[in-house]
Amino acid sequence: MFRTLWVWIGIPLIMIGIVAAMIIYSVNNPTDSIVERMLTYERVFRVIRQHASLLLISMTGATIVGVLGGIMLSRPSLYRAGRVVETIVNIGQTVPSIAILALFYTILGMGFRVAVFALFLYSILPILRNTFAGIDGVDYSIIEAARGMGMHPLRILTKIELPIAFPIIVAGFRTAIVINVGAATLATFIGGGGLGDLIVTGLAVRREMIILNGAALAALSAILLDYLIGKAEERVVKWS
Amino acid sequence: MIKVEGLTKVFPGQTIPAVKDLNLEIKEGDVCVLVGPSGCGKTTTMKMINRLYEPTGGKVYIRGEDHMKIDPIKLRLDIGYVIQEIGLFPHMTIYENIATVPNEKKWPREKTKEKVEELMHLVGLDPEIFQNRYPTALSGGQRQRVGVARAMVSDPPIMLMDEPFGAVDPITRARLQNEFLRIQERMSKTIVFVTHDIDEAIKMSDTIAVMNEGELIQHDTPSDLLSAPADEFVANLVGRHRSIKRLHLIRVHEILKEVDRTEPLTEDAKKEEVEKQLEDSDLRTVIVVDRDNKLKGVIGASDLKRKAGEVAGDYCHEVSDTVTDDATLNDALSVMLECGVGYVAVVNEDEMYQGTITLGDLLNVVREDS
Repeated sequence: MFRTLWVWIGIPLIMIGIVAAMIIYSVNNPTDSIVERMLTYERVFRVIRQHASLLLISMTGATIVGVLGGIMLSRPSLYRAGRVVETIVNIGQTVPSIAILALFYTILGMGFRVAVFALFLYSILPILRNTFAGIDGVDYSIIEAARGMGMHPLRILTKIELPIAFPIIVAGFRTAIVINVGAATLATFIGGGGLGDLIVTGLAVRREMIILNGAALAALSAILLDYLIGKAEERVVKWS
Repeated sequence: MIKVEGLTKVFPGQTIPAVKDLNLEIKEGDVCVLVGPSGCGKTTTMKMINRLYEPTGGKVYIRGEDHMKIDPIKLRLDIGYVIQEIGLFPHMTIYENIATVPNEKKWPREKTKEKVEELMHLVGLDPEIFQNRYPTALSGGQRQRVGVARAMVSDPPIMLMDEPFGAVDPITRARLQNEFLRIQERMSKTIVFVTHDIDEAIKMSDTIAVMNEGELIQHDTPSDLLSAPADEFVANLVGRHRSIKRLHLIRVHEILKEVDRTEPLTEDAKKEEVEKQLEDSDLRTVIVVDRDNKLKGVIGASDLKRKAGEVAGDYCHEVSDTVTDDATLNDALSVMLECGVGYVAVVNEDEMYQGTITLGDLLNVVREDS
């Protein structure tokens, strides 16, 4: 009981506490008038909110499309296409995130929506790939036993394939979310807002204090999310 | 129960059929073993029975009904299925694994629980200990038992077993085979059993279907197969040591009635009785049991000299191994050879003493048969 509380509430609170303390200190003790003007609670909350929206919308979409796409490609009739898509996805993954944002800027222009769309596309890749690979990796004898005993293909998917592939799908989701948090800091370049705003502003006015606060928040969100997903997975997957 | 007519399978992109014009009839309650070298089409034949493979030609009748007219899901739910790789679901507990078919059939929870526990007892796994474990925590033999329990839980009249004991060590394998035969004696299911091991085929079967290159060569009882192989292929398959193979066919309890051996002594018998029986017995050994007829040990001539005491119990030494009465004569022979003595004591499941058989008895059996 105590351990559970510690894992789920204690450790995350400590992480958040450290960063919060840093922000409170910085806002209350600005080094000069520029920092005082640029680094306010209101602004910090706004960029956090923007960052969270970028993340939430793009990840929700990417998870739905990625998992459904991965399942479809793993069906026997589409399996060959799945292999091809897997290769394309792997190539897509090597393109730097800033290049993706830049690319969509040239096609779709500026703004929050364009940033969300670019992040969405970029996050689909690891989720789709892992869903496909996870289902593809289920031992064939297991599927054959299930078919031989008279399980319906849809039941095999939901009761056997997806649960066995679950840890791999979650690993893909984790990769996606960590990449997404990082890439979302770049959304500011195309007017998408987010934590990147603080960093870029800080760089422009050359005030380390502002840069540091932005960077710490971005790092915190990545580490915290990765940690929580990892712990949640441990709780769900008891069998391996 | 199962009737196969002109069954043929040609896999896409191949010209040579994997199974060619196969005719086979399996009676209710029989174990039919399909045996042959790998690639002979035995597994393909089996998978066509539950439509994991759709036949290219020919018919399969299950209780007189064309199986292509039955919905494949429904067909498979009523046919138990065991494969060599077992295919247990790693993310489910042993209980959930065995409950697969009841859950597919939407049985009420109580009924499922009752049946799963019954089956776990039947295959010798204590539900208290095992039901909440995951397959990774089990040994190969235990997993195989779970596989069999899972296939039998909904009491299907027909079972298909593809090398079910192929992935375990020889000792576990022999034990599983004996257990399986004991279960089958009680359940009498119609079973199609695939193996490449002719000894296993002889031991497990009511009838053996020998296959080669997609064709059925001979379908006969094991005894007929041994005495009258249809052609050179079958003769080679059963091998030269046919009289030894016969020992697989006969169970210890079958010959135990015929051998008439002196009753064992109880542990409180006098020394004189021991001496007298030692003189008379062809074993040159006296078997000693306790009051509950449980095997206590044996007394040889040297024990009488070496040890001191009043009654039989003081002299006897423990036997290194015994056989159960449902073991085959071949099992008995290997115990004798391992222990280096010319006899072996037979006990039943509860370790009650049943009798003793000797090397001489085995020789008689082989001689009578050939």
